[in-house]
Amino acid sequence: MSSTRTLAGAERYSGVAIAFHWLLAVMIIGSLSVGFYMSDLPMSPTRLKLFNWHKWAGITIMALSGLRLLWRLTHRPPPDVAMPRWQRVAAHATHWALYALFFLTPLAGWAYSSATGFPVVVFGVLPLPDFVPVDKALAETLKSRHHLMAFLLAAVVLLHIGAALKHHFLDRDGLLMRMWPRHS
Amino acid sequence: MTTMMKALPAVSALFTLAMFAPSAGAQQKIVPAQSEIAFTSKQMGVPVDGKFKKFDAQVAFDPKQPQAAKIAFTIDLGSATLGSAETEAELAKPDWFNTKAFPQATFESSAVKASAPGRFDVAGKLVIKGAAQDVTVPVVLAQAGANTTASGAFVIKRLDFKIGDGDWKDTSMVANDVQIKFKLTLTGVGPL
Repeated sequence: MSSTRTLAGAERYSGVAIAFHWLLAVMIIGSLSVGFYMSDLPMSPTRLKLFNWHKWAGITIMALSGLRLLWRLTHRPPPDVAMPRWQRVAAHATHWALYALFFLTPLAGWAYSSATGFPVVVFGVLPLPDFVPVDKALAETLKSRHHLMAFLLAAVVLLHIGAALKHHFLDRDGLLMRMWPRHS
Repeated sequence: MTTMMKALPAVSALFTLAMFAPSAGAQQKIVPAQSEIAFTSKQMGVPVDGKFKKFDAQVAFDPKQPQAAKIAFTIDLGSATLGSAETEAELAKPDWFNTKAFPQATFESSAVKASAPGRFDVAGKLVIKGAAQDVTVPVVLAQAGANTTASGAFVIKRLDFKIGDGDWKDTSMVANDVQIKFKLTLTGVGPL
């Protein structure tokens, strides 16, 4: 029900799953890039703007990931492509690590923001609650947690992309086509 | 700091009572540990709270004769707190407070009027970064024991004082309105 057959016979992810995947891929890679770039910028209106956009994007990523996880848990993905057991285990571990970091990275960023006394106001209109107090030492800790998770997320994303490309170009097993937007 | 402030009132009330209670009619004193001057500015819709840790006041005020009152404040701009060390360092720079050239902000009252029982309008001159502006500050007084609490809030336009100059003039980034909130504990004020 969530997956349909391709001409090649391999089952595909559902259209909703594919839409979530590519929308979030763009948002997550964009937010990571902006995040790495902005953290070294000297204070300026540009830096402030990027920080706010980055926060809005992070909260949106977390919200969309929540919906995506609900979809994933209620719709069976296509069965695994044939591959060695260790690869299958690694693939599943990578997927769950990605999901965990989709939530943990923005959460740490949100808390870090609160601890520095700059609460998150999504799109400049929706104030989010502060679940930590304003505290300089805590802010430093949360900053390094947020950075650590962002680096982990970037590493797992690269692993995920690398594995997908390996399946596509070396194994030629059609795995990537299961997630590729259907061309009309 | 807040827990300290909660623990202090009893001690300092005794202290100030002993020090100043006999000298009714003398100049009123501010109790710094029980006083607070805070400000809130908005950047891209985000309210950011700060506080001034160091300030002093000279207050000569008799509730029965508000027209004779003289109230003067000095606020140490370098004592501003704003969450992170990064933003505090930014605040000291020439575009913002320029604390090297202008270490203090001052307020001096020109006229004090009773507006309602226990309420007064304090008009005066506020000087920040060398720019003077006339402001009228509404103050509510409340008395408990030997202490009188004066509290209120008013709004200033940051650009009137060139706070956030240069690249920071854009009020869509940092709003022009800055709210100042204060709660000052005074001793030696006559009964309302």
